[in-house]
Amino acid sequence: MNKYLLPLIAVVILIPILILGLRSDPRELPSQYIGKPAPEFDLPTLKDPEKRVSTANLRGEVSLVNIWATWCAGCRAEHDFLMQLNREQVIPIYAINWRDNRPGALDWLAQLGDPYVASGFDEDGRVGIDWGVYGAPETFLVNAEGYVLFRYPGPLNRAVWDHEFAPRIAELKK
Amino acid sequence: MSKRVLVVITSLLFTFSAFAIDTGKAFDDPEMQARYERLIAETRCVTCQNQSIKDSNAFIAADLRREIQRLMSEGKSDAEVAEFLVTRYGDFVLYRPRMSGKTMFLWIAPFAFILFAVFALVRVVRHRMALPIDDEAEVDGEIR
Repeated sequence: MNKYLLPLIAVVILIPILILGLRSDPRELPSQYIGKPAPEFDLPTLKDPEKRVSTANLRGEVSLVNIWATWCAGCRAEHDFLMQLNREQVIPIYAINWRDNRPGALDWLAQLGDPYVASGFDEDGRVGIDWGVYGAPETFLVNAEGYVLFRYPGPLNRAVWDHEFAPRIAELKK
Repeated sequence: MSKRVLVVITSLLFTFSAFAIDTGKAFDDPEMQARYERLIAETRCVTCQNQSIKDSNAFIAADLRREIQRLMSEGKSDAEVAEFLVTRYGDFVLYRPRMSGKTMFLWIAPFAFILFAVFALVRVVRHRMALPIDDEAEVDGEIR
């Protein structure tokens, strides 16, 4: 009896740890900014290099910050859904056009429509790094005080929206 | 199958892949360059997670190399560079994680496992030593 006690205890401790390990996705990198103020940025807008869009624009209303680029296939996949959010006036969407080229990005918006209040043009990717971006698209939910509440890596669609974003926004409006 | 074909096939077995990652020097000072190379080798690429940013040609890796170069030329210490990376990407980006509440387990676990193994070994050996030796004859008998 005593002989098996120690291994038994070890197994009982290890199994839940291993099950947790199986369930978690090791590629997922949780954002470091949840519950913290959105990282400062101040960028020229995509459409007009003379105009700026910055963290100050995010205050006052719950908003999305969408990281996109023309080289990103997932961004193309979510674009129609972003257009839909914009049409339904669900939430203002700000964007950081990340490591892209200006003419290409302007073309994209001209052809597919522009769902954004403003796109900041982050040509060298500095702001992307400041936001802890590890791939495009990524979407941040920012509250009216400018705090990051949630970050979703990957393309948005109706299901992701209803499951991840809508409940969090509803919570804020209570 | 001629010998020549065989030679070609065998020589193909010895090819290596080459990756063009920016090979230009970041610093003229060899000491700074060595520090830079060590730092980028210890930073995990966030898009290609099993590579360091030294080995990766993903553009986030290039951006992070550029940022590290910038911080170093501003005279920032290794700890400050690590701080910069961890605020943005978390402890995960450092291949040599810092000591903190969250990473304590990583640092302690190997020693705890060794300690446990030594403890188990001592117990087993003690137990075996206490066993009577008189079953030797029996073992011999089995072999014959």
